[in-house]
Amino acid sequence: MSVRGTLRALPTLLRVGVSEAVAYRAEMLVWVLGTTMPFISMALWTAVARYEPVGRYDSHEFVRYFLATFVVRQMTGAYAAWQINFEVRQGTLAMRLLRPISPLWSYAAENLGTFPLRLFLVVPLTLFSVSTLGTRSVPGTAWGWGFFLLALVGGWLITFLVNVFVGSLSLYIESSNRIMDLWFAFFLVCSGYLYPVELFPPVLRGLLDWLPFRYQIGLPVELMTNAHGFTEALGLLGRQWLWVALLLGLSILSWKRGLKRFAAYGG
Amino acid sequence: MFRRYMRLLRVRLRASSLLAMQYQADFLLDGLISVFWMASALVPLFVVFQNAQRQIEGWSFGESLLVIGWFTLLQGILEGAINPSLQGVVEHIRKGTLDFVLLKPADAQFLVSTENFLPWRALNLVAALIIFGYGFHLIGRAPSLPGVAISLVLLGTSVLLLYSLWILTVCAAFYVVKVDNLTYLFSSIFDAARWPASVFRGVLAFVFTFVIPLSVMTTFPAEALLGRLPWTALVWAILGSLLFAFFSRRMWLHSIGRYTSASS
Repeated sequence: MSVRGTLRALPTLLRVGVSEAVAYRAEMLVWVLGTTMPFISMALWTAVARYEPVGRYDSHEFVRYFLATFVVRQMTGAYAAWQINFEVRQGTLAMRLLRPISPLWSYAAENLGTFPLRLFLVVPLTLFSVSTLGTRSVPGTAWGWGFFLLALVGGWLITFLVNVFVGSLSLYIESSNRIMDLWFAFFLVCSGYLYPVELFPPVLRGLLDWLPFRYQIGLPVELMTNAHGFTEALGLLGRQWLWVALLLGLSILSWKRGLKRFAAYGG
Repeated sequence: MFRRYMRLLRVRLRASSLLAMQYQADFLLDGLISVFWMASALVPLFVVFQNAQRQIEGWSFGESLLVIGWFTLLQGILEGAINPSLQGVVEHIRKGTLDFVLLKPADAQFLVSTENFLPWRALNLVAALIIFGYGFHLIGRAPSLPGVAISLVLLGTSVLLLYSLWILTVCAAFYVVKVDNLTYLFSSIFDAARWPASVFRGVLAFVFTFVIPLSVMTTFPAEALLGRLPWTALVWAILGSLLFAFFSRRMWLHSIGRYTSASS
């Protein structure tokens, strides 16, 4: 399908995604409740910092950080890998392939469709953070906002593209869910989701700058809480989008080559 | 009666082991992943205690390791023995095949609870023992014998609590049909149990003590090993877990009574 055709179909796809999210709202609520880990981290770290600050983080700073983490996690979530795995195994991927538009677009639209619902949680929480902890809970400058939004988009793209890449591996092996679990474990440890990346020992911190995980959660959170100056933020954003480009190439390649092997068994 | 159920359990354990061996690549990968998960569970602890002198709410590094050890052990039981079977129930409910289970001449709760095991998770037991050993090495003394005995009793109550909570979650599956992610919700909440309970304050402290008694599951046994668990806490843990078990059993019977096959 042509580029113009794809662009014309996108709004409809997104609308379908939103309706689907609304239809399964109970399920979504369970998913959201399952991402309460930032609050547990918050309880833990404020307890650690109660008597003396850790690095530049005192109790307040930790609360701010983990509220931002929750917000960013909501806005950068994707679950396409599980969808792809399921549909490859059930053979229902064939249905998607019959449509004149790449399934990748419809996965993206479905994953993005949950956004409006998530905003109902994200916006009040952000407002709460600003009202109790001050305006430093959101970017303070115009470029700060621009960078933050860019980092959110980048973070989502990395998450989604990794999902597509790992999901497409299920076209080569029976199921790639376990690989996704492995990725997820790395993600938890390295992304800044459980604790700010800064708190890592210095040796590892340099390594984290070059791995994709930090750019899924850590960078948007840091930009939301004004942790970096202009040049530093620009450098980190550059690395994030380098990962986006790399993963875009990798995931599309493996998806296209994998599809040639797809035989719709089980269907 | 009891012997019959024991034999049934043995048969099912063997079946799961054979099933697990059948997909060898998965089997190996499963093992690797459990090792990796256990290692990753330790990372936050090292980050917290980078400054070795630090204590959180009166817990030193070595003492917190004991909590993590219990967490690892219970996680192994949860993911190896409880999760896989009960995920099966959810599947049964959705596909309508629960009818076949209900028709069998044995207790339905027993049947669904023993349907599938992941033998690899037994590795968690080894890991837990290593963590205990290292923890006590850091503390600089060995656990007292009564401490060990009490913590073993508490292991029983913890498993009972965990299992009852799971049964309650599954009962929810009878009312809300699409619940594959309840597993996910449950394990992400269980994650809080890896920290000493005194970390949590206010609402969280209340929830984790009375509603979802996570602190009872891992902090109590760790305190018992350290020999500083008050007797009243032990009594409460036993009474509480029995109460939870009774309640979850009633809920299960109630839900099964209400169950109308999905296919009809």
